Amino acid sequence: MNLDSVLLTFIAESREVLHEMENRLLAVESSPGDSETLNAIFRAAHTVKGSAGLFDLDHIVTFTHVVETVLDGLRKGELTVSKDLVALLLESCDHVRSLIDAVAEGRREEDADSRAAAAGLLERLRRYAAAPEAATRVRSSVDRPPGGAGPAGVVDGSHWHISVRFGRDLLRNGMDPLSLIGYLGRLGTIKRIETLFDAGGLVEEMDPESCYLGVEIAFESGADKSTIERAFEFVRDECRISILPPHSRVIEYVRLIEDLPEEPSRLGQILTRCGSVTAHELETALRMQSSASAAPIGTILVQQGAVAPAVVEAALARQARLRDAKAQEGRSIRIDADKLDRLINLVGELIISAARADLVGRRTRNVELQECTSSLSGLVQEVRDTALQLRMVKIAATFNRFQRVVHDVARELGKDIALEIAGEETELDKTVVEKISDPLMHLVRNAIDHGIESAERRVAAGKSARGTVSLNAYHDSGSIIIEVSDDGGGINRDRIVAKAVERGLIEPGRTLSDRDVFALVFEPGLSTVEQVTNLSGRGVGMDVVKRNIEALRGAVEIASEEGVGTAVTVRLPLTLAIINGFLVGLGDSVFVIPLETIDECLEFTAEPGHDYTNVRGQALPFVRLREVFGLPPTTARRESIVVVNSLGRRAGIVVDTLLGEFQTVIKPLGTIFSHLRFVSGSTILGNGNVALILDAAGLIQHVGHATATPSTGHDVAAASRATTRLPEPVRPST
Amino acid sequence: MSAADAAAQDSCDDSPPSGPPHSPAPILAIEGEMTIYRAADLKKALIGALAADAPIRVDLSRVTELDTAGVQLLVLARHIADDRKKELVFLAPSEAVRAVLQLLNLDRQLGTR
Repeated sequence: MNLDSVLLTFIAESREVLHEMENRLLAVESSPGDSETLNAIFRAAHTVKGSAGLFDLDHIVTFTHVVETVLDGLRKGELTVSKDLVALLLESCDHVRSLIDAVAEGRREEDADSRAAAAGLLERLRRYAAAPEAATRVRSSVDRPPGGAGPAGVVDGSHWHISVRFGRDLLRNGMDPLSLIGYLGRLGTIKRIETLFDAGGLVEEMDPESCYLGVEIAFESGADKSTIERAFEFVRDECRISILPPHSRVIEYVRLIEDLPEEPSRLGQILTRCGSVTAHELETALRMQSSASAAPIGTILVQQGAVAPAVVEAALARQARLRDAKAQEGRSIRIDADKLDRLINLVGELIISAARADLVGRRTRNVELQECTSSLSGLVQEVRDTALQLRMVKIAATFNRFQRVVHDVARELGKDIALEIAGEETELDKTVVEKISDPLMHLVRNAIDHGIESAERRVAAGKSARGTVSLNAYHDSGSIIIEVSDDGGGINRDRIVAKAVERGLIEPGRTLSDRDVFALVFEPGLSTVEQVTNLSGRGVGMDVVKRNIEALRGAVEIASEEGVGTAVTVRLPLTLAIINGFLVGLGDSVFVIPLETIDECLEFTAEPGHDYTNVRGQALPFVRLREVFGLPPTTARRESIVVVNSLGRRAGIVVDTLLGEFQTVIKPLGTIFSHLRFVSGSTILGNGNVALILDAAGLIQHVGHATATPSTGHDVAAASRATTRLPEPVRPST
Repeated sequence: MSAADAAAQDSCDDSPPSGPPHSPAPILAIEGEMTIYRAADLKKALIGALAADAPIRVDLSRVTELDTAGVQLLVLARHIADDRKKELVFLAPSEAVRAVLQLLNLDRQLGTR
């Protein structure tokens, strides 16, 4: 096995585990008593520590060990969850993540900076860690816990007890229990070992190559549990292993006995012989057990008050979940994202080739060939959809990251804010997810910082003191919609108008729709907040957000009601690589309109003297593409209107000819064309010509403004010419 | 099972470590490694020897290596012998055998000490 690949797996898994830990930490603050969550957090830290140990990443082990101690204290109820502690643990989580990142970059040793950071955190952690340690000492040496008399008490044995039933196939898999026990001998002293042989009733028929052994070991060692567990690392899945720490409760031994296949009385003898429990301790516990008339151990534990019923239920539920998770694991594989990107690039080229073959088939009027190409394009389309599906990821990971942001920022600002998440199952292309993260971050921070008012103001306004920021995602006609909303103070419409007039963005006295007013928020240099915080409000931001989203061929809108809240709606394409397009002709030029934005196509009619037409009794504004791009007026006898729709607004685009659907592989335009308006990319047609892809959302907005600006026309013509001559196949923008 | 334990201890209390001095019994000598690679053959040999009526002695002095599969065979033989109230003595275990059986604390149970 390649160690590097194992290390990569470790890095990837540790990141996942840390992520999970972070989410749980955020959850624990709202439900501090949830032992399941506390356990999960502890396990996460424990996992990271354990696997870091395998790679001799001692600095990670040392650090996580202290974190683990604190978490153990929380788990046992010796510490209580507090805001400060959660914040500290979150910082620790970050620190471990930075250590893992360093490992990923090949720095396996700790550098001075991170050592300093660790020292600071460790000092704070130790303040907490000291408490449970002291408590444990008190409990083990001085007294038994309250109500701990009898079977719920603590055994006197000062050594570990390790119980192993080796898996039947162990020997066949090349493992030998002897070497495991030998290894254990290096971690400490085997005080006493009892070997059990259990071939069931099949003594003579036993398979000599199967393993029927089990051991009960009294083990004296200064090592911690994970170190001891690691001795069994490679056989853990096959064997039944219980490791009881020194001074475990008798009930743990009862449970052990209950779990093991051998007869309780025999096991009892063996455990007593090991010196792990005394005969008397066990006898009492076992007597209680039999008097409970073969009730399951869970029941007995509950009756004895050793555990609460909820804990038993939680344990059962967890077992079920673990099984599910394992099954899930078996069905998925990790793939290098680069490989997927390459596949999708190839699919893009395939689509172009198929389009070309289709064209040739039609031109030669060869019916057989046409049948072939028709079934070929059907398949290509399916391949395309499947390939794109591979890169689809749930938005949940992105959304959950904001739990942390909301927690931290709200804390910093002294506000009480909850984050509600909906639609986290919604899928979108990984490349889009990566690029949307920053703009979303800005929107969420804005909502926290400016949206939600201070608790006092909220209460004064008759709202609950706790503010809510919501993230929602859903699919809508080939796009994904992401909403960031808050129940805060809303935007003061008048103030925006005043500010916009002051900045010369609008003329004074002009009446604007709410939509247009709020759209002004995205204009550069317009921030209505008087008080600038270190988070936002410097007037850079919303315009950047808008630019970033538009760069993804998306659109953003804002709606707000004063006193009630604000909602920002982001519409994004599901993928950046391939779209279903609709070809339209303008003289000799061909343009592509994304099919999902098209509602319908109409024959051109116009109300005389106006730039709108009557569609079933409703006025539909339109724009003449020729005018937009500054082309000479049409010579075509008949024009058509393509009705496009974006974020609920409809507009018509007047074109010469309708040429039909086309699978469009998006090729980016060169940077010199980046200032072009209304064009979002280019594609290569079956005949090798270049077609520009129209930015429908941009055109719709343009329809709203009265006059077209033909100044861009020459640029477009230039772009069209230039891209026609592009020599090498351009990579799709993935 | 606990009966078998007790019997094992009894038999070892009865017999001195070097084997019983009385009545010559057939000797099964195992040479070389007692490992998983030979486990199937060795099991046959042991079961065969145990099938006879006479008491049986197994010479372990020339065993060069003993692994878990080998240990199991020794335990199995002990169990079968105890079940049938048959006399079974392991003779002169080699250093390799002794070390493993001590590690597993089986020497008393098997009567090799």
